[in-house]
Amino acid sequence: METKQNWEKESVEPVLKKVGERRDRFSTTSDIEVERLYTPSPISEDYLENLGFPGTFPFTRGIYPTGYRSRFWTMRQYAGFGDAESSNKRYRYLLSQGQTGLSIAFDLPTQIGYDSDDSHSEGEVGKVGVAIDSLNDMEILFDSIDLEKVSTSMTINSTAAILLAMYIALAKKRGNDLSKISGTIQNDILKEYIARGTYIYPPSPSMRIIRDIFSFCSENVPKWNTISVSGYHIREAGSTAAQEVAFTLADGISYVETAIKSGLDVDKFAPRISFFFGAHNDLFEEAAKFRAARRLWARITKTRFAPKNPRSMMLRFHTQTCGSTLTAQQPVNNIIRVTIQALSAVLGGTQSLHTNSFDEALALPTEDSARTALRTQQVIAYESKIADTLDPLAGSYYVESLTNRMEKKASDYIDKIDNMGGMVKAIENGFPQREIQNASYEYQKKIESLDEVIVGVNKFKIDEKKPTGLLKIDESLAKKQIEKLDNLRKIRDNRKIEHDIKMIKEAAKDETKNLIPPIIEAVSDYMTIGEISNTLRDIFGEYQEQVVI
Amino acid sequence: MRKLRIIVAKAGLDGHDRGAKVVSRALRDAGFEVIYTGLRQSPEQIVSTAIDEGADFIGISILSGAHMIVAEKIIRILKKRNAADIPVFMGGIIPDSDIPDLKKIGIKAVFGPGTPTSKTITYLKNYHENDNS
Repeated sequence: METKQNWEKESVEPVLKKVGERRDRFSTTSDIEVERLYTPSPISEDYLENLGFPGTFPFTRGIYPTGYRSRFWTMRQYAGFGDAESSNKRYRYLLSQGQTGLSIAFDLPTQIGYDSDDSHSEGEVGKVGVAIDSLNDMEILFDSIDLEKVSTSMTINSTAAILLAMYIALAKKRGNDLSKISGTIQNDILKEYIARGTYIYPPSPSMRIIRDIFSFCSENVPKWNTISVSGYHIREAGSTAAQEVAFTLADGISYVETAIKSGLDVDKFAPRISFFFGAHNDLFEEAAKFRAARRLWARITKTRFAPKNPRSMMLRFHTQTCGSTLTAQQPVNNIIRVTIQALSAVLGGTQSLHTNSFDEALALPTEDSARTALRTQQVIAYESKIADTLDPLAGSYYVESLTNRMEKKASDYIDKIDNMGGMVKAIENGFPQREIQNASYEYQKKIESLDEVIVGVNKFKIDEKKPTGLLKIDESLAKKQIEKLDNLRKIRDNRKIEHDIKMIKEAAKDETKNLIPPIIEAVSDYMTIGEISNTLRDIFGEYQEQVVI
Repeated sequence: MRKLRIIVAKAGLDGHDRGAKVVSRALRDAGFEVIYTGLRQSPEQIVSTAIDEGADFIGISILSGAHMIVAEKIIRILKKRNAADIPVFMGGIIPDSDIPDLKKIGIKAVFGPGTPTSKTITYLKNYHENDNS
């Protein structure tokens, strides 16, 4: 039977030799020494089966043997607005303030494959994120940022292949080594149909593009995380915590199956999957949710895909505090909500974290509110000391019971989805959409009956002054972006674009081909997002939403 | 009495439909006949649906910041199609500072984050009674 001494010798020591810990000795403010890990003594079989040690199956207590004692989570604030110049300025500011990774927010036209001058884009350019039309914008966006030194996460789905191609083209142009650039594309189209809405094509061609990304990156950009399977938006659409885990892992199963079907070895692909969850206000349930998700994913991958590499079974995840919990009323209260939510994510062992800004129920964050949000996680990391021992909530009767129940509920949902023929079928039937809607309506009714209290909204209300100092996107930006685009179309070599269109069409029509190389060619010739997406729309068609109320 | 009929629409490219769906369900439970359009409706489509369905109200949900342009277009098209008598309401993330301008354009009311659905329902019922009295 595994003992703590064994674990320390076999799992911890190699890590200590390689990376060490943040301190030689961890202690509380009253100078009580804090051990790396607290366990029951003696250790039972039940403990090993359900909890185990950090870095060992089923990973309930974490995926790394020394956890945050070696390195804090990555503090990764999602940002982007206006044009590439203004976003580049914000990124450089955040990096100068101690942020450790970039996370790019794109505007809706970029996310849905329309150029800034498309009629669909009117009123939307640069609003919820940065407007990117061509490689030209990407060059400005990453000006003075070393692609080999920073890891970049891009919230991009139906146009993920194009944005990734631009990042690769930029790296090539700068002479970077593709094996050294790292980052993540969200690339999770299934949850777009379920909850987020930035789909373009129907599920089947969309899954094919995802397959092409998987196989291209595993050969050419080995450090790239090719998918971030996202529960965050499912939760934000109003799901319960258990539904969030269930639908996200069910999506994850579909992606692994897709990769395996395309001939990828599970051990080559599964270690590159990452996940993304929301953190809500119910502190213990949320922490339990993360632990349950880790254990359930480990069990699922082990039984369904029989990987040999333990890393294939590790659920790595990013967390964002849930935007829908923020109130427009008494917005400063949101700092406290975000703190509680961030605590749950850290207690749950997140790999990276975005903390929301307190003004986000009103507008995009200002530089000041974005800094406070980053400071919130820095205070948790450096001052609260909750990161000094691994999985500190383990062994709490309450949290362990919640973890078990969360796993069971999610697992029951996944069984149901299996019986429907998998997640793509379930989505086509509107099943997850309906479940989420019911949950969100029930929650709203509870708020209105005061069964759920939202401080400052349905209780403890005050008369407030109108908020001031909000970020506003200059409407002249769209005009500037359109002029830039006009100019680009004049100066680029349009004969090359004709050829690129032909190559993309050919690859799109032939399932045995990979779409990524021709897209990289096209973006390198400054073909735009809208032009590439429209070329693919001609071949693949567009998805029609299943409206269910 | 005839049921009041409302078009609830998501305009622009915004995919945040939680609010629109919750409001649709609440209106339906309160006795309204609700036609929810789904995502990415153009102003032209929204107005056409409202006219074809003989709607008493149009409710637009928008969280992406494109509310000014969408509002202007919808009101303009309603006027062009002689349907300016259909009142238009908005909900979503809309800064208070934009509300006077939206009203100037012709939007009747804006229901921001945290508005109880009961308030929206009461408002719409009163509006209809006063309008027809």
